[in-house]
Amino acid sequence: MSDYNFAYLDEQTKRMIRRAILKGIAVPGYQVPFASREMPMPYGWGTGGVQVSAACLMPEDVLKVIDQGADDTTNAVSIRKFFEKTAEIAVTEKTREATVIQTRHRIPEEPLTEGQILVYQVPIPEPLRFLEPRETETRKMHALEEYGLMHVKLYEDIAKHGHIATSYAYPVKVEGRYVMDPSPIPKFDNPKMEMAAIQLFGAGREQRIYAVPPYTKVVSLDFEDHPFDPSKANHPCDLCGAEHTYLDEVIIDDDGGRMFVCSDTDYCAERQALGHRGRLSPSNDLEKAAE
Amino acid sequence: MTIQPLLSVKDIRKTYGDRIGCSDVSFDLYPGEVMGIVGESGSGKSTLLNCMAGHLPPDSGQVLFDTRDRGMVDTLTMSEPERRMLSRTDWAFVHQHARDGLRMGVSAGGNVGERLMAVGARHYGNIRTQAIDWLDRVEINEDRVDDKPSAFSGGMQQRLQIARNLVTGPRLVFMDEPTGGLDVSVQARLLDLLRGLVREMGLSAIIVTHDLAVVRLLADRLMVMKSGHVVEHGLTDQVLDDPQHAYTQLLVSSVLQV
Repeated sequence: MSDYNFAYLDEQTKRMIRRAILKGIAVPGYQVPFASREMPMPYGWGTGGVQVSAACLMPEDVLKVIDQGADDTTNAVSIRKFFEKTAEIAVTEKTREATVIQTRHRIPEEPLTEGQILVYQVPIPEPLRFLEPRETETRKMHALEEYGLMHVKLYEDIAKHGHIATSYAYPVKVEGRYVMDPSPIPKFDNPKMEMAAIQLFGAGREQRIYAVPPYTKVVSLDFEDHPFDPSKANHPCDLCGAEHTYLDEVIIDDDGGRMFVCSDTDYCAERQALGHRGRLSPSNDLEKAAE
Repeated sequence: MTIQPLLSVKDIRKTYGDRIGCSDVSFDLYPGEVMGIVGESGSGKSTLLNCMAGHLPPDSGQVLFDTRDRGMVDTLTMSEPERRMLSRTDWAFVHQHARDGLRMGVSAGGNVGERLMAVGARHYGNIRTQAIDWLDRVEINEDRVDDKPSAFSGGMQQRLQIARNLVTGPRLVFMDEPTGGLDVSVQARLLDLLRGLVREMGLSAIIVTHDLAVVRLLADRLMVMKSGHVVEHGLTDQVLDDPQHAYTQLLVSSVLQV
């Protein structure tokens, strides 16, 4: 028997968060204020996402936690352990088996299905924040749909770099109404946001929850003569050979050697298990050694 | 035939507690006309300007504007989205300090383009062409288009602010001491520029200033304010050359003749 209430938070707090989530789903892309609690981890480590996950979890849920696409980094491991201990639920690294997926910086490569919930950790929920510092003003701009300023940022990008250089946290318009910060996911993942699963966004320090319901239209902002481009490294994965996934660049020696690997570790491992091989796959070395 | 006024101000009154900001101000502004408001510091001219431009809610009175679609409408009772739309299309506001009216972290081109993007322009090439065109009209070289305003001199910042305001072709411009804080030669060039733009675009403008030379050059009509009240008004040359009210006489005689 655990000494914690199920999923750490008390029932009244979970109820309060669920109300915010329901409101967020009813008004896609709208930032709903909520009374964020102190969590046993520092701000910036996913306190918002953890609270949203805690409010969503049921005893029969299966949880997966992603940090930059990986299941085995500090943030992912500690959040997974946190819920194993406080909620005693099953955990998994398989995207397909999970019912609740908390993520930081990535959407899984494998398409999500109805019945799954994707929870994002959000550092700064306000897409207009660095352009307009006043919260009263940004709220008014959302209310009145005054989003010209968002394009000023994209204009600046093109003026400075010749193309839209924003590569993560790329602003989107949800269901033709609210402009939303999709959290710092790479813009490669933006087109995936029109999905079958429920997407919930939690910002703990900033005390905001917002949501994208299933099959909602999510459009990345752009200019007519500079259309949105979900770019990725022009390279196949060096471990599984995939050409269509988002890649991490890894420095492997002191001589400028590098490799590109899928940032989604679960997806990459699954492809390797199916026999896909990349340029630097260990099995290639074995085969070469055998030769 | 009577001409419809563009802006009609009726009995504007604004008090700060017991003190009067401005009181009983009424006037009509006709299309293409430039109205100057002069007075000493604390005479209520900035309060009046902010009340008219919708930055401050007056305690009583009306500010009727000839909108494109609905004719004369009281801007004080109109809905906020409509008023904000007006203030980025048909209205413009030039602040005394350019940094109040500019986004200092955004390039000159972005500053000019903001109003275009705010009214729905989504073609980068067109926005940029228009921005460069406007920079040229306010005598800022094309190669400065990607520089931030913080790299500009005071006079250039002020000219940039003017370009940013006029790019959407407003019909009414509010100016709050547009030449304040600039040295005299820069002032002269700015005034020359403003005069050219006002005539060329057929703008109506309301200029608040304490500098009589500015109104002499720009304004068709003049209102003199003291302690929140309008003490004298009339054609600019008439008021300046033949002041009737004691305060106006003082004001005119205070200017050093070089």
